[in-house]
Amino acid sequence: MGSTVRGVALVASDGFSARYDLDRVAGVFSRPTHRLAGQSYVGKVLVLDTAKGGVASAWMLHEMASRGAVPLALVFNSVNPIIVQGAALADLPILAGFDTDITAAVPDGSEVAVNPNTRELTVLG
Amino acid sequence: MPHISVHCLRSKDHGGGAALVRVQFGRPAIASKQLWAVRDSGATLSLMKLNDEEQDILAGKFGPAAQQALQHQLKVGRFFGAEDFVPITQAHVMADTESLGESGVRWLENLVAISEGRAQVCVPTISDPRGTDFTKATFLGQKAAMLDLERRAISAFTKLGVVMTDTCIPYQTIQAPARNEHVAFGDTGVVIYSNSVCGARSNFEGGPSALAAGLTGRTPRYGFHCPAQRRATVQILVDATPISLNDWGALGAVIGRIAGNYWAVPVIEGIEQAPRSDQLKHFGAAMASFGSIALFHLVGLTPEAIRLSDVAPGKLPLHHVARADIKALQNSYHRDGRVDVVVFSAPQLSLFELRDLANLCEGRRFCVPLLAVTSPQVKPDADRMGYTGRIEAAGGTVLSGMCFYQSYAREIAEANGWRSLATNSAKLVNILGGYGYQPTLASMEECVEAAVDGKLM
Repeated sequence: MGSTVRGVALVASDGFSARYDLDRVAGVFSRPTHRLAGQSYVGKVLVLDTAKGGVASAWMLHEMASRGAVPLALVFNSVNPIIVQGAALADLPILAGFDTDITAAVPDGSEVAVNPNTRELTVLG
Repeated sequence: MPHISVHCLRSKDHGGGAALVRVQFGRPAIASKQLWAVRDSGATLSLMKLNDEEQDILAGKFGPAAQQALQHQLKVGRFFGAEDFVPITQAHVMADTESLGESGVRWLENLVAISEGRAQVCVPTISDPRGTDFTKATFLGQKAAMLDLERRAISAFTKLGVVMTDTCIPYQTIQAPARNEHVAFGDTGVVIYSNSVCGARSNFEGGPSALAAGLTGRTPRYGFHCPAQRRATVQILVDATPISLNDWGALGAVIGRIAGNYWAVPVIEGIEQAPRSDQLKHFGAAMASFGSIALFHLVGLTPEAIRLSDVAPGKLPLHHVARADIKALQNSYHRDGRVDVVVFSAPQLSLFELRDLANLCEGRRFCVPLLAVTSPQVKPDADRMGYTGRIEAAGGTVLSGMCFYQSYAREIAEANGWRSLATNSAKLVNILGGYGYQPTLASMEECVEAAVDGKLM
C-alpha cells in the first residue's frame, strides 16, 4: 500500500511503538533504552524489527502525518495488524515479512527505495 | 559489490504480510529495476475476491463513506494476503481522543459530513472507553481542551450510528460473541477474550478499521478469521494455578512474553480448575499487552481445545512456567515505600470486583486517592447495591466509562503529582511505565492497604 518513496534509512534491531517509543511532538525517538533515542524519524525510511503497541497506533500515524512529523516509510521484520491499519489510514508505505533480517540487510544511513506495490526494498547506495 | 536478491516466504511468524526484499549495493535504482524482474508478484499481490455487493460498495453505490471504508479494508486485506471478505456481526471501536488527536477527530467529522449514501454503521458497533468521566474530570485535573475534543468525538460517533457503550468489557456487560462468530473488535483485551474464551473470530482492529468494518459489515479474511491461524504454535506447561487477579495477570504477562508476537498462539496446560470470567479477563488482557497475543487455548477449558491434539498439530516448542516465574514478574513491578495513587482499571471492573473492593473498604479511611474504574453498564448497579457508596465513604472514587491509561494519563499525573502508583492490573503496570509512572503490581488487598497508609510495605 502507498506509493514508491526514496529516502535515507534509519535502521536498528529494536521494535517500534508509536505510543511508547516516540516523542511525537518533537519527532524523535524518546524512550531512553531505544537504540535510536534522540534521533529524528521525520522523513526517514524506518527499518526496525517489529511493530509493537496497542490499538492506539492505528490513529497515531495519521495524527503524526497531519503535522508532517512522520517517517517516509515503515519497514519491519514482523508486524501486527494495528500498524498496518495505521499505515493504511495515514497513507504510509509499509513492508514486512522478509525471509532475512531486514535490519541487518539494510545499512543505517543508506539511501533506499521502497515500493509497496511490488513489495520491494532496494538499497541504492 | 555484492548483489543480494532475496525472496520472502509467506510465514505467519514473519507477520503474515508477504514481502520481497531486494538489496543491491552500488547500483542506481533504474538499473536495478531493469536488472531484476519481479518474481512472486502473482502470489504476493493477489487481488481480493469481491462479491457483487462489495463491488457495488467499491463503485460508490452505497455512498462515499462505505466506499472509503472498503478501500481502507482492501489495503489492509491485500497486505495480509486475504482472499476475500468475511461478514461480521459486531464491531467495537477504540477511539479515545488522546490517540485520535485533533486530526483524528477532524477525520471523523469529515466522515460525518458526507451526506450522500449510507453514512451510518450497518452492524451493531459499540465504543471502547472514552478519555474521561465528565462528572469527574475536574477531580482528575483534565483540561477543557481534552473535554471539548471528547465531546466532538462522541458527537461524531453518535452521528455515525455507533452505540456509545464506552466499555472494554463488553463480553461481561453488553453481549459476549458466540463461538465462530466473526467480529471486528478493537481493544486487545476484548479480542483475546472473545477469541479464546468465547471461540469467536477477530483480529486486533484499530479504531479506523473497526469503524470501517461497522460501515461495510465485513472485514478482510486473514489472521484469526482463518482456522489455520488458530492452531497453537507454542505449548506452555504451568505448575501453579493462580487465584488472585494480579497473579492471573502476572501469569498472562509471563506467557505473553514467551509467545512474543501477534501470530503466536499459546496452548496452556496445567490449570487445575476452571477460571472465572474476571480471572480470564486479567489473564488475557495482560497476555495481549505484554505479548501482542490475540488467542490462547487452555486445554480442557476453552472451547477449541477440549484435547491438546485439537489445536496442536504436532510437537510444539515447550516452555515451563513455575510459581517463581509469576512471582519474579510481580517483583519486577514492585517498590516499597510511598504511594501517590491507587488505581483499579484496565480492564474496567465487573460488578463482582467492585463488590470485593467495597468489602475491603469497610471501616477504612484513605489518605491517598483510590480510583476504581468501571463501565457505564456496571456503574448504576454498583450504585444500587451500595458498592459505590461504600468505596467513596472510605475516600475512594468510582469512575465510569473511561479507562485510566486512555484518559490522558501523563497529563493527569502532572496535574496531580502522581508518580508512584499501585494497582492489581498487570496490563496497567506494563502500559504506565511508558507514561512516566512508577507502577507497582500488588493484590487488591495490598492496594487498599496502600491507600490507607500512603505506602506499600
